[in-house]
Amino acid sequence: MNPKRKQRMLIILFVLGGVGIAIGLALYALSQNINLFYSPSQIAAGEAPKDTLIRVGGMVEEGSVERHKDSLKVQFNVTDFQHTITVRYEGILPDLFREGQGIVAMGRLRDDGTIEAQEVLAKHDEKYMPPEVQRALDKAEAAKAGE
Amino acid sequence: MIPEIGHYSLVLALAVTTLLAVIPLAGAWINDGLWMRMGRPLAYAQFLLLAISFGFLTAAFLMDDFSVRYVANNSNSLLPWYYKFSAVWGGHEGSLLLWIMILGGWTAAVAAFSKSLPEPMVARVLSVMGIVGVGFLSFILLTSNPFLRYLPNAPQDGADLNPLLQDIGLIMHPPMLYMGYVGFSVAFAFALAALMGGKLDAAWARWSRPWTTVAWVFLTLGIALGSWWAYYELGWGGWWFWDPVENASFMPWLAGTALMHSLAATEKRGVFKTWTVLLAIFAFSLSLLGTFLVRSGVLTSVHAFASDPERGRFVLMLLALTIGGSLLLYALRAPVVKSHIRYTERSREVFLLINNILLLVATVTVLGGTLFPLIAEAFGKEVSVGAPYFNTMFSFIVPVLVIAMGIGLFSHWKDTRPGTYGRRILPLAIAGTAGGIGIPLIYGEWEWSAGLGSFIAIWLATAQLWDVWEKSSGKSGVVAGFKRLSRSYKGMATAHLGLAVTILGAAIVSSYTEERDVRVDTGTQVEMAGLTFVFDGIQELKGPNYVADQGIFHVLDEGKEIAVLHPDKRRYLATGQVMTEAAIDWGILRDVYVALGEPLEGTTWAARIQYKPLVRFLWLGGLLMAIGGTLAILDRRYRIRVKANKARTSVGESDAGGTQPAKA
Amino acid sequence: MNRRVLLFIPFVIFVGLFFLFNWGMDQDPTKLELARKDQPVPAFVLPDLHDPSKTLNQEIFKGKVSLLNVWATWCPTCRAEHPYLVRIHETGQVQMVGLDYKDEREAALKWLNDLGNPYDISLSDQEGRFGLDLGVYGAPETYVIDKQGIVRYRHVGAVDDKVWKEILLPMVRKYQKEGV
Repeated sequence: MNPKRKQRMLIILFVLGGVGIAIGLALYALSQNINLFYSPSQIAAGEAPKDTLIRVGGMVEEGSVERHKDSLKVQFNVTDFQHTITVRYEGILPDLFREGQGIVAMGRLRDDGTIEAQEVLAKHDEKYMPPEVQRALDKAEAAKAGE
Repeated sequence: MIPEIGHYSLVLALAVTTLLAVIPLAGAWINDGLWMRMGRPLAYAQFLLLAISFGFLTAAFLMDDFSVRYVANNSNSLLPWYYKFSAVWGGHEGSLLLWIMILGGWTAAVAAFSKSLPEPMVARVLSVMGIVGVGFLSFILLTSNPFLRYLPNAPQDGADLNPLLQDIGLIMHPPMLYMGYVGFSVAFAFALAALMGGKLDAAWARWSRPWTTVAWVFLTLGIALGSWWAYYELGWGGWWFWDPVENASFMPWLAGTALMHSLAATEKRGVFKTWTVLLAIFAFSLSLLGTFLVRSGVLTSVHAFASDPERGRFVLMLLALTIGGSLLLYALRAPVVKSHIRYTERSREVFLLINNILLLVATVTVLGGTLFPLIAEAFGKEVSVGAPYFNTMFSFIVPVLVIAMGIGLFSHWKDTRPGTYGRRILPLAIAGTAGGIGIPLIYGEWEWSAGLGSFIAIWLATAQLWDVWEKSSGKSGVVAGFKRLSRSYKGMATAHLGLAVTILGAAIVSSYTEERDVRVDTGTQVEMAGLTFVFDGIQELKGPNYVADQGIFHVLDEGKEIAVLHPDKRRYLATGQVMTEAAIDWGILRDVYVALGEPLEGTTWAARIQYKPLVRFLWLGGLLMAIGGTLAILDRRYRIRVKANKARTSVGESDAGGTQPAKA
Repeated sequence: MNRRVLLFIPFVIFVGLFFLFNWGMDQDPTKLELARKDQPVPAFVLPDLHDPSKTLNQEIFKGKVSLLNVWATWCPTCRAEHPYLVRIHETGQVQMVGLDYKDEREAALKWLNDLGNPYDISLSDQEGRFGLDLGVYGAPETYVIDKQGIVRYRHVGAVDDKVWKEILLPMVRKYQKEGV
């Protein structure tokens, strides 16, 4: 092989190898880190995997927020008005967290059927609900209408 | 009258810009000197009209003219004047006007500083920028006019600026960011002009380089400011969230960084031309993509402007025409002739290629992660991609990039003497390992990620300082030798050290932040990171447009008070929105960060206390990168060219004043 | 020539992205079809905002064409559209019903007192249940409801001169002409 061709071969091999590794890594990282969204109804129907990081969204049920007396533990119910699920969390809730407000919680479904949340998100803009919450509510509504 | 004048100059600007988009380009086509020379006056006129328009919108804000709908939606009479000023770009319409005015500014700057360039080139560049301008001016006038009025019933007062945006960081952040985003339009226009003219030579790269660097400096500052703002304003101490909007600014930065390095190779050696042109198109395309993602509502984000499908559709069409058109032009016109320029696998060319590939892989990684939810939605799944995906990817890409960088600094064009790398690897590895083991141990138990981060940071810093030392050494001594180094070399070294500083900060703060959410009542003491925090209750506070509960925290170090922190929980009067305002005792080596959560019962509150070592290094590194870029632009060879222009001599092809001092 | 083909790769990728974005735009929640279109207003029993002891139900929509405006004091755009609502009310062309959505009663009353009351009837939906049944995504939204109490149209976002004259008013006129 002449030096010119050898050089080109090296470069191409290098590029292909690097890009291949990068794609493999990206797919692996994606498979580990995508968080699927479930509505309370889907969880009630047993569709959500246990002990895996998932996202759950819905409205915070009125009057369901309970604070622990001497820690920052808190639990509340999230509902799509068809089914309700209890979310447990420890820490500070976002400024826009309110009863009756749409939220998304990121956490794991435990054996007792509650969600142990790592993170609770409320949208910064009060005007619109998180879109996946809205869709979950629409689905629940459609299911109710179809009954 | 004021909004009408602003509106009128905006319409005039569209007319002038349309002429700018057509006449010089047509002139270059038919080789008509007069038509080509129309470019400069039209560019100046466009910028003047846009500045007038922007000035009148600003006046409407400062005068509380709530009959203007945009003012009514984004301002309030209680707002302090400096926030009224920054509220001009607090919403979609005004920030778009700012974007367009900055584009006009860059166009005028190209017109003013291109005297030494061939006439057809200048004409094409200005026209390409004019075409982009026409697109965005039609967008603002047709869908997002900031001058619309509420008549005859004007509201008594405005709805107020989103409290999150009432902040010094947000006064500065968008203008800086837009200067960067839009600045890449210059390199883009040069690339398209070169493709149209069919002359893709080293001269094209030399003209593009300073413009690209200036844009990159602004974008770097803009991103650093945004991260800093997120840190103290909305992040509860987080500094990067891999939010779609952050990613939208990070992707052009990565592509722009690749472009800067690739331009160097194209200018010095005439290699990678086809590739460099593509990067120039990518950098600006990714800026436009960012604009689309933020304004269309296609992805949800905490930063996004309220979505409006009509606008989204319009930006998408703009995107299709600009990016699609330029990529098509590229496919049809980019040169495919084989280059006969020789270089070996040890040469600087190869290292710059590695740099480019890795930066592009990083860009695609971010793009993939950002768009994946949308792709998944197309297949009926609702997913989000968490920050761990990005963190995992970057913890592989960045170390490879930085290790290659450290070695590549010693490389030369064409070929590097065998052994140049070999004899340096061991000392660098020793320094890196010492740092990788030692630095994390200062902060606590050794951790993998902190160790790796410190290793590569020290590796890079050592390599860069070593290279500076070698290049300064000579008969007349190191100090004199250092003074003789070119500004662009010093700039490069500063920017590389900045990257090392940022990486070190990121590695340490991610691993060794101490954070606790606590319940506090008056007198509660919390021990953390060797400090004692005493909560001294809440006081009521009244700001200009909000009321606040303000916590008082005394911070004690071995019994001695080192700071009193006052975190606020604010309620803004106009909207009733509640905001958390953290209190920070900052230092180069560590920040102490206190934020109030919600009131519990009685006088008890939830609070978050954080100790963040080396967090300031993140932005200090960004600042160093920006300073480095600025130094590079101030390099002698650019000034020589200005002087030469004055003497009416054109600059020859042999302008090789070099980033590198001549090698012995 | 085959090297030229490689240069088309970025263009082809971009075309793919374009179609993805184009599809993504259609998924925008504000553009979703109105679930209740051409169906009756869902049944409700809600307190009158001004007098919570009094309750109102879907019968208020019978016999008159109405504009149902969803608003709240926490919603800046509502403040922006308010003067227009007052103006529309002054023309007296249509029955105006306000739905105070997920809001505090005192703040809402103060708002109407300060900015003027454009509503013939004010409903208070503090929990957002009726809003949910109706399919409200956020405030402000304005619905056109015909004489039979059937939802005919929804406008998302602020009402202004253009929206009123070009969309809402013609629709109101059309349904007013229809017999009961």
